[in-house]
Amino acid sequence: MTGFIGDWHALAILFVAGVIPNQIWRMLGLWFGGGIDENSELLVWVRAVATAILAGIIAQIVVQPPGALASVPDWLRYSAVAAGFVAFMLARKTIFAGVIVGEVVVIAGKYWLG
Amino acid sequence: MALPPLDSPQWQTSFRAFLWGARSIGATVLTLVLFATYLGIGALAHDSGFSLGWTLASTAFVWAGPAQIIVITTLGSGATVLQSAIAVTVSAIRLFPMVVSVLPLMRTEQTKRRHLILVAHLTAVTLWVECYRFLPQVPRNRRIAFIHGLGLGLVSVCLIANTIGYALAANLTPLLAAGMLMLTPLAFLFSTARNCRELADVIALVLGLLLFPLAAMLNSGVDILVSGVAAGTIAYAVHRARAGIVRARA
Repeated sequence: MTGFIGDWHALAILFVAGVIPNQIWRMLGLWFGGGIDENSELLVWVRAVATAILAGIIAQIVVQPPGALASVPDWLRYSAVAAGFVAFMLARKTIFAGVIVGEVVVIAGKYWLG
Repeated sequence: MALPPLDSPQWQTSFRAFLWGARSIGATVLTLVLFATYLGIGALAHDSGFSLGWTLASTAFVWAGPAQIIVITTLGSGATVLQSAIAVTVSAIRLFPMVVSVLPLMRTEQTKRRHLILVAHLTAVTLWVECYRFLPQVPRNRRIAFIHGLGLGLVSVCLIANTIGYALAANLTPLLAAGMLMLTPLAFLFSTARNCRELADVIALVLGLLLFPLAAMLNSGVDILVSGVAAGTIAYAVHRARAGIVRARA
């Protein structure tokens, strides 16, 4: 089963870099949750930073695309996001409308460019 | 799908409540969004050189889309373990207020902290949203079982999506593989945009998108962290300034 797991070192890194730093906040919420006001100023800042980090991840995939996405020209990836956003807004914030239109633009555009 | 009324015998056992929770994954479009996201994560992990087992373990044990994508993209592009861990932990802070706000919905006088560990683990943005929608229709003493069913049902859907995405990325034409990798940013962008409640959230989202390419020029290895903290702090400052103006006028 080496192909399925790959190397165990990578799995150990997953726990140190991914599982523990993520899980710690849930467990802190479980332990100390009682006394914290959900609308406190600190949590407003935390939420804003978390949202901006998420935005950064989105931008990273579109600006520095991995693997097969790198074969799609920059302008086409940006157009797909823009078209998806227009559809999302027109469809009164339907997530799926945005995703479908963005996908159609990327795939049709890439197909057309050859 | 409608849940049985609160006084129905359907709620007499925890096991039945668990099954009703698991069935409720069919009653929300967010399941489809999650499916698309995890299809994309499977493809992303494949193209970044991780094994399928590693990908499934990250879904089961991390269970937070953004954190998983950070681990995959940072480690895949050569960041150190410490740099990844810092970016992940900052992105995960948002789970703290979610857990804090969700647990009181299902606590009873008999509930011990250890009964809530799995609920805390399953808490992520989708479950958090669905708790507010479903739990009023579930008797309080069956809510933990219901959420276990709903949460584990969602995890299962995502494990299947990961496997399909991973396999497809290995076998699809470059055209469709590119389309699959695009699912992740699109699904995240629009689900985040939908969750924006206040001006601070909108500014954080827009600035976060715009500042990343600038931060990337620093090549610090923690570019996401630099742009995220900067954009989030500016958004918070605008929120404070506005609150100050409103108070000054009043």
